Amino acid sequence: MFDNFVVPDLLPAAPELFLAGMALAILMIDLTVKDSRRTLTFVLAQLALIGCAIIQVYTSSQEVTYTFSHMFVDDVMADLLKIFVYMTMIVVLFYSRGYVLDRAAMNKGEYYVLALFATLGMMVMISANNFVTIYIGLELLSLSLYAMVAMNRDSLASTEAAMKYFVLGALASGMLLYGMSMIYGATGTLEITQIAERLYGGDVNKTVLVFGLVFLVSGLAFKLGVVPFHMWIPDVYHGAPTAVTLLIGSAPKLAAFAIVMRLLVGGLITMAQDWQAMLIILSVLSMAIGNLAAIAQTNLKRMLAYSAISHMGFMLLGITTGVVSGDARYALNAYSSAMFYVIAYVLMTAGAFGMILLMARAGFEADNLDDFKGLNKRSPWFAGVMLMIMFSMAGVPFFIGFFAKFSVLQAVVASGQIWLAIVAVIFSLIGAFYYLRVVKLMYFDAPTDESPLTAPLDMRLLISANGVAIAVLGIFPQFIMSLCAYALLRSL
Amino acid sequence: MDFQTAVFFFLSAILIFAAMRVITARNPVHAALHLILAFFTCGGIWALLQAEFLAIAIILVYVGAVMVLFLFVVMMLDINLDRMRQGFWNYLPLGAVLGVLMVMEMGLVLGSKYFQVPAADAMVPAGVSNTKEIGALMFSEYVYPFELASIILLVGMIAAIVLTYRGPKKSKNTNPNQQVFVQAKDRIRVLQMPVEKD
Repeated sequence: MFDNFVVPDLLPAAPELFLAGMALAILMIDLTVKDSRRTLTFVLAQLALIGCAIIQVYTSSQEVTYTFSHMFVDDVMADLLKIFVYMTMIVVLFYSRGYVLDRAAMNKGEYYVLALFATLGMMVMISANNFVTIYIGLELLSLSLYAMVAMNRDSLASTEAAMKYFVLGALASGMLLYGMSMIYGATGTLEITQIAERLYGGDVNKTVLVFGLVFLVSGLAFKLGVVPFHMWIPDVYHGAPTAVTLLIGSAPKLAAFAIVMRLLVGGLITMAQDWQAMLIILSVLSMAIGNLAAIAQTNLKRMLAYSAISHMGFMLLGITTGVVSGDARYALNAYSSAMFYVIAYVLMTAGAFGMILLMARAGFEADNLDDFKGLNKRSPWFAGVMLMIMFSMAGVPFFIGFFAKFSVLQAVVASGQIWLAIVAVIFSLIGAFYYLRVVKLMYFDAPTDESPLTAPLDMRLLISANGVAIAVLGIFPQFIMSLCAYALLRSL
Repeated sequence: MDFQTAVFFFLSAILIFAAMRVITARNPVHAALHLILAFFTCGGIWALLQAEFLAIAIILVYVGAVMVLFLFVVMMLDINLDRMRQGFWNYLPLGAVLGVLMVMEMGLVLGSKYFQVPAADAMVPAGVSNTKEIGALMFSEYVYPFELASIILLVGMIAAIVLTYRGPKKSKNTNPNQQVFVQAKDRIRVLQMPVEKD
């Protein structure tokens, strides 16, 4: 039984192993930290992420490599997405630093350790080539996030949000698992590449497969937060401490995109007809409900939550247009536009929540729209940064958000579904209203709160860089766009 | 119907009854006890499939450890189920429609002949120990998810400590800093009361 056992090749999974080791080490080192600001823990967590990025770059190869008996896959798409995850997490930890320091319940070493374990979960999801690994990665990410949402335990809103997130997250995991078990029943394997092969060979019961697919798509939709599985998003975004909302709203979207690609495109591409139809319904509903409901919000975090729903709907459009009546000619273009959209969205959403964190201070959350009134008079530069973020989210030309929307629309039009493109444009126009309202509040209303901004210098520099990146990458989007196209070309 | 099939149907009937009682029992302790019964019958069904390791594991882990702890918690918390059931009748129609639809759809698919596995396939040849098999697989083919699962358990532990631990209480000394800054309104509460005439 043990005769044919070979030690798995650990090199492709080196960043995961490094991060797991560092997280465990930081957990122990943090016990000895006397400093109430937890500077050492913070610095070590950042170093762990930077170390991961360096290892990732040095171990990356053009080839697709499998290890751990095909449970783990390392391809260019995984490398690229993981590097974006590390960058996002570094930014997230910097942004949340001041907020966490001001709140005693969250100012603990565990905050950073849980963030690292969440990162590990995302990395496992991105590199998964087996249903078991996808599920385990998802649970690792979710469990860390549930705990982080509840960390501000004396706040009723946070505990309620954590409870809702936990119960609905468990339900979604159940759906996903049920769908996976049905697909396992139909194909007889859990390995994604083998599922694709068996489906290609035919001789698979289609009824069971579609049955499993419905549950699989529902589970994924829950995790992505698209209508009609979006109910948890506004409550969790609103109730969670802003630093955790920033984390939930940014990097996990990259991981969710990765598992959608692995499961639907990597494993079930022969079923594209079925899941594309499902995704189109989810996508149109998300754009409609997300954009319309966002108009009615007075809380910025809630508004951004509905905006997240509509953005995820828009991103799904890119995934739905890969295969047109059995012809996969446009697939590369469509999927790379969706990937570019996710990366652009993460950049923008990090900036938007970063602005809320910048304005917040001890005992003041700055998460109402009214808190942004007259920001231009208090700090013209940061009003300008927020203006760029909002314009980019609305899709105003020559910001990165515009090119993200543009490339997805291009893919939709290329697939011949003109009506879908028109629907998407109409809802984007409706959505522009609430983004521009923030701009109006900042520039044309009198401030209700005259106190100067107190954020530390590093935070100011980083958020300025974030805003400038949105503008500069909007003028030169080709760099990231060609990276996405190259990654998918090498991975699919 | 041979003996094994009869035992299977017998155990399944108990399992379904127990599972129904878990969600319908008025007394939470009864619900927990029925869950234990459900785990026992699950173990029985696994034993019937010659998966003796899983059968023993579910009884040792779930019945022996998890459910005992759970019973303690339920007994200590004294949950008022009637308050939790408020709004049940409002949600019933929508829930019932969805539930019936789900059951019909699942029945249609699961009842199809595709799901009838020939009995011979499920039988384990003599001399194979599935405890050994599971052990070998866990540490060879499935070592990656297995180790990650241990990290998930660790995260659960960290989360439990973070959410409940409120720092050591070593001594009952007072904080002079807070004492100096105390104000009258922290100590004295002025109540407005109607004048009582005696």
